[in-house]
Amino acid sequence: MRKTLIGAALAAVLAVSGCGDSASPAASASAGAASGNLTVLAAASLTESFNRIGKDFEAANPGVKVTFSYGGSSGLAQQIIAGAPADVFAAASPATMKTVTEAGDAAGEPRTFVRNQLVIAVAKGNPKGIRTLADLTRPGLKVALCAEQVPCGSAAAKALAAAPVEITPVTLEQDVKSALSKVKLGEVDAALVYRTDAKAAAGDVEGIEFPESAGAVNDYPIVALKNAPDPAAAAAFVTFVRSGPALDVLVDAGFQKP
Amino acid sequence: MFLTLPLFGLLWRAPWSTLPQRLTEPGILAALRLSLLTATLATAVSLVLGVPLAWLLARTEFPGRRLVRALVTVPLVLPPVVGGVALLLVFGRRGLLGSWLDTTFGVSLPFTTAGVVVAEAFVAMPFLVISVEGALRGADARYEEAAATLGAGRWTAFRRVTLPLIAPGVAAGGMLCWARALGEFGATITFAGNFPGRTQTMPLAVYLALEQDVDAAIVLSLVLLVVSIAILAALRDRWVAA
Repeated sequence: MRKTLIGAALAAVLAVSGCGDSASPAASASAGAASGNLTVLAAASLTESFNRIGKDFEAANPGVKVTFSYGGSSGLAQQIIAGAPADVFAAASPATMKTVTEAGDAAGEPRTFVRNQLVIAVAKGNPKGIRTLADLTRPGLKVALCAEQVPCGSAAAKALAAAPVEITPVTLEQDVKSALSKVKLGEVDAALVYRTDAKAAAGDVEGIEFPESAGAVNDYPIVALKNAPDPAAAAAFVTFVRSGPALDVLVDAGFQKP
Repeated sequence: MFLTLPLFGLLWRAPWSTLPQRLTEPGILAALRLSLLTATLATAVSLVLGVPLAWLLARTEFPGRRLVRALVTVPLVLPPVVGGVALLLVFGRRGLLGSWLDTTFGVSLPFTTAGVVVAEAFVAMPFLVISVEGALRGADARYEEAAATLGAGRWTAFRRVTLPLIAPGVAAGGMLCWARALGEFGATITFAGNFPGRTQTMPLAVYLALEQDVDAAIVLSLVLLVVSIAILAALRDRWVAA
């Protein structure tokens, strides 16, 4: 009995270490290439709105099934360059999109379909009374920013440089959702996140607009991919996302029209 | 083959021509130093807490022992990111113990180097406990009993008889624990955050480099691999073969 328990524990060790390897990004985009199946890789900040737009698109195009794979734009771009079978790519920054177009994986020119702006996310009720970007320099205040390698971090750096305000953050998070969750958990007093993310978490956080964010607006480009298993459906989806009803959904989520 | 092929993949894609100047980038050394320091401290913490725990599990009978042993493996089963969130809920500013630590001592673990050590020890300690427990079960308890009849106290018997008997098991467990702590990513970035020089260990630096520059990520990974393999090989020769 004792031996079997140790055996089970060892098996668990092996299983866990095995999982670590198989969690590699390409695995997520292996949905079949059968016609009528559309695979869309989209930036994590598009999750809520694209889920709705996908349903509307399916309703408008019977027989087409849309599958989304959400993640950090840069990671998704790496998957596409590595040959993930996807039809459409929607990124949170032109720089990330550029890595895909430069690798020759895009079919046509990427189009900007929405813009996103930064806000200061604080706990519900704003207990620290934060009103402006300059308030974030207050001593003792804990602030989370995104790392500069990811779009929300480069936007934050741009906004802070434009102000100019110098913040010493306690952490540089790997994506906007983890910066936001540090606010939700109360580990930091404020974080610079996209307006859409603050809006999606409206139950826990408040988004405070600040004028300097206008200097760091993020464009979201979308493009059909060259190796799309279903090029016609891919083009149709890109057109659909840029149409009126889809834009309404995106604006509802806090995005701005391009 | 299966285990080493990814390593060759890294070597094959490595940007050899620009390697020298990439290696001298200041961030690498800080992250490497922090990684080695925190992994070693996490292993020390695990030894101090884990060896007695393994001894309890292997040598004593108490109600709920099986449950305790199953609980020890929880960090192995838990996805590390979930482990990080769980640590925040306990040691965070609003956490079960964290809020008390904060108000009483003004100590806050998240976003500190100590927080990195806590996260790594949480994830890596089970490897040590399981190895040491296995070694203890393999060791003949009669030696300890003989020591006891010759007048040795529990602590003396443990230190002079048991510990030398299970030394290879402790060394192997310590190495596993150290290696796991060195590679720790999920719990660290969730619990301790990411700040260069303070909480940005090598795996975190690799992840963020991957967002922008695959070559930089490969260089960082190679540095981490070469250093850890060198250290593990050196220690293995000294401890296990001896």
